[in-house]
Amino acid sequence: MARIQLTVDGASVADDVEPRMLLVQYLREKVGKTGTVIGCDTSNCGACTVHLNGRSVKSCNVLAVQADGAEVTTVEGLAQDGELHPVQEAFRECHGLQCGFCTPGMIMQSIDLLNENPNPSEEEIRLGLEGNLCRCTGYHNIVRSVQHAAANGGVS
Amino acid sequence: MTATQAAPTNEIGRDRRRKEDQRLITGRTRWTDNIVLPGMVHLAMVRSPFAHAKILSVETSAAKAATNVVAVFTGADLADEQGSLPNAWPITPDQVTPPHPSVAVDRVAFAGEIVAIVVARSAAEARDAAELVDVDYEELPAALDLKEAAGDAVLAHPDLGTNKSALWVFNSAEAGTGGNVDEAISKGRGDGIVIEREYRQQRLIPAFMEPRSVVVDPTGEQVTMWSATQIPHILRFLLAAVLGIPESKVRVIAPDVGGGFGGKLQTTPEEFLAMVIARRLGKPVKYTETRSESLMAGHHGRDQWQKLTLSAEKDGTVTGLKVELLADLGAYVALIGGGVPVLGAFMFNAIYKFPSYHFQVQTVLTNKTWTDAYRGAGRPEATYAIERIMDELAAELGVDPIAIREKNWIKHEEFPFTTVAGLEYDSGNYEAATTQALENFGYDALRAEQTQRRESGDPVQLGIGVSTFTEMCGLAPSRVLGSLDYGAGGWEHAAVRMLPTGKVEALTGASAHGQGHETAFSQIVADRLGVAFEDVEVLHGDTAIAHKGLDTYGSRSLVVGGEALVRAVDKVIEKARPIAAHLLEASVDDLDFSGGRFTVRGTDAGMAIGEVALATFAAHNLPDGVEPSLDSDATYDPVNFNYPHGTHLCAVEIDTETGQVKMRKYTCVDDIGNVINPLIVSGQVHGGLVQGIAQALWEEAVYDDTGTLVSASFVDYLVPT
Repeated sequence: MARIQLTVDGASVADDVEPRMLLVQYLREKVGKTGTVIGCDTSNCGACTVHLNGRSVKSCNVLAVQADGAEVTTVEGLAQDGELHPVQEAFRECHGLQCGFCTPGMIMQSIDLLNENPNPSEEEIRLGLEGNLCRCTGYHNIVRSVQHAAANGGVS
Repeated sequence: MTATQAAPTNEIGRDRRRKEDQRLITGRTRWTDNIVLPGMVHLAMVRSPFAHAKILSVETSAAKAATNVVAVFTGADLADEQGSLPNAWPITPDQVTPPHPSVAVDRVAFAGEIVAIVVARSAAEARDAAELVDVDYEELPAALDLKEAAGDAVLAHPDLGTNKSALWVFNSAEAGTGGNVDEAISKGRGDGIVIEREYRQQRLIPAFMEPRSVVVDPTGEQVTMWSATQIPHILRFLLAAVLGIPESKVRVIAPDVGGGFGGKLQTTPEEFLAMVIARRLGKPVKYTETRSESLMAGHHGRDQWQKLTLSAEKDGTVTGLKVELLADLGAYVALIGGGVPVLGAFMFNAIYKFPSYHFQVQTVLTNKTWTDAYRGAGRPEATYAIERIMDELAAELGVDPIAIREKNWIKHEEFPFTTVAGLEYDSGNYEAATTQALENFGYDALRAEQTQRRESGDPVQLGIGVSTFTEMCGLAPSRVLGSLDYGAGGWEHAAVRMLPTGKVEALTGASAHGQGHETAFSQIVADRLGVAFEDVEVLHGDTAIAHKGLDTYGSRSLVVGGEALVRAVDKVIEKARPIAAHLLEASVDDLDFSGGRFTVRGTDAGMAIGEVALATFAAHNLPDGVEPSLDSDATYDPVNFNYPHGTHLCAVEIDTETGQVKMRKYTCVDDIGNVINPLIVSGQVHGGLVQGIAQALWEEAVYDDTGTLVSASFVDYLVPT
């Protein structure tokens, strides 16, 4: 067991974890952050995407011990004081989700994309999200959602 | 105490943003795998690496001794209790149906079949201990290739003596719906045209994003199952029927469910095992599959060889169609299993006026993953084949593929039209959809460009694909389903509960997994009852709440479940009418109901439906003999399917030097009747298109020559990104 201490969605947490525990397992099983989900075993689907020190990572590809001392933001930490994050709002406005299982990862990756490039082209959005799989929407409305968020003040 | 918001005048056709989204975009979701119960233990499956093998022994002592392992079960341990997984649609009386134990007892019939179950205090410990179970197999020859299996060269189940499960035949001459197809083909060979082709429908994997997950909580005699399923009501019935548990003791909940596409229209070994083991241990259990398990052991779709023979007159008028299918069932006959290609039987004739038709499907057992419903279930397979051969007919005659279709399709003034397959199409306007699609697409300009590129020898060539379709949707008519030996009806149930505060609860037996029922059904109730959209709460996916239903598949939720809801709302209004008349001191005959209000004709007097609900709740002043409740329910069983149709056009650029395909333009015009929420509908169309495009370009479940699924992860199974 290894002792880790980190910040998750603004709250300080500390736990003893097995060295092999993945960050996504830690978030779901120890911290109760079940908004972040597991969709595959091979880091292809991106459903587990969170921010680690402000950058997107697939949390199935990071060990919990690697997040020691870090600041983690999940989809549950985006809305502030009941106000949705602009990218969350954009996904709702543009119907960028259907079953919603890929959505936490899509939103976290979209925010990272917009942080990097506040005015991405359609092509840049598609490339920026290619590590995140969605089976319902055909991506069309996901791209629209990111464009909508960009046009409405981006991620700030 | 009436509705808190102004009632809209019309909700139908509004782009309402979805009620579901708030929890999904903020991560406050209710996926099955999120559920944690006190004392809950976790299951891990030991699965066969062989496509076909005898189980000689299963050694579990090392696994049992591992840290925090609670129990290990083998097929022998559960043989008396587990029963056989159900096939609800034996397509012929003599269908050969192998018994399907949830955990194999003495033989495995596909790679991925469960041979033992480890129960431990954590999922990780269960998986670790599963590695310690030592199974001794004797490998058997495996039936893998569909055509070879149909010849019984190697038997998937040696005891059965054959791989041929069922031969289902429809012949228009015998059915009285058309002429003799062999005569038509013979005539075509004489003085007309005959085209014979064979097409392959490759095996696909539904690949819903949420892996399947099940939690079972036994409490005394009662037991609750949460499952990532499309069919909580059917699952409850079949758990009871197969395991002998009183149905009244079983509650099934489908909480948030992350996609299905037919892949969660199944009663699975994992669900049955979770139920049996939870009851045996007296503890809550959870099982969540890995993606590889999902791709390997969840049912697959498609997988047909399609042989078509089409006859026509010299001018291109079709005279007959003969369809001979081989359909791969995989190792077992799944819940709908052999019925999937039978659904296609009614669709090969498509939108065309074939005077004669013969269809047959031979379903075949192989040592691969079982197959069942996937996105359209038998019908897209039919559309693919008929549209391909119509193109061939056009090519044979040297005419435009649109022209050959128009020559043969049912004209809009000919509806209702009884097809050669015996269905009555209620309506359609193929001319209008096609004209619109051609215009939106810029068909003539793209054809001109195609010609120019061909003439100039451009290394990048332009391909133009044309497809029309219709599908029998709104899977319902119980009598029709009964005539096909389907094991259930097709009605749907809805109920409306009027709360004293004017809020409304709408219960539906449909069970959404991404389709937006909470939004669309709220719009229906708000529109019909004249209450605010926000004041309607749609409850579904729990057999203890929406107690009656037949669930979501086959494009049925809105057209069957939505109509049931309309009828339940109408009953509420009719129950409220005498109470409103009494309170308004007017005659029932003098009341109008509109915009959520009863008004007395010719006066200003009136009251809102919510006020009637409150007065009914108080029950202080009701007419004599009237029960103090407005709550109503309705069960709707339509007499026919519905038949949406459309014309799809696609232009692709193909680099003839590299084979690279780039989609240039895709246009579709679909006629789908009344649209409740255009935003949701267009989203559904986008998703369907991309799955279809992915079948054309990328997706296939690939097995190697030992029967191992090669495409068993998202590295190799190419869901589009």
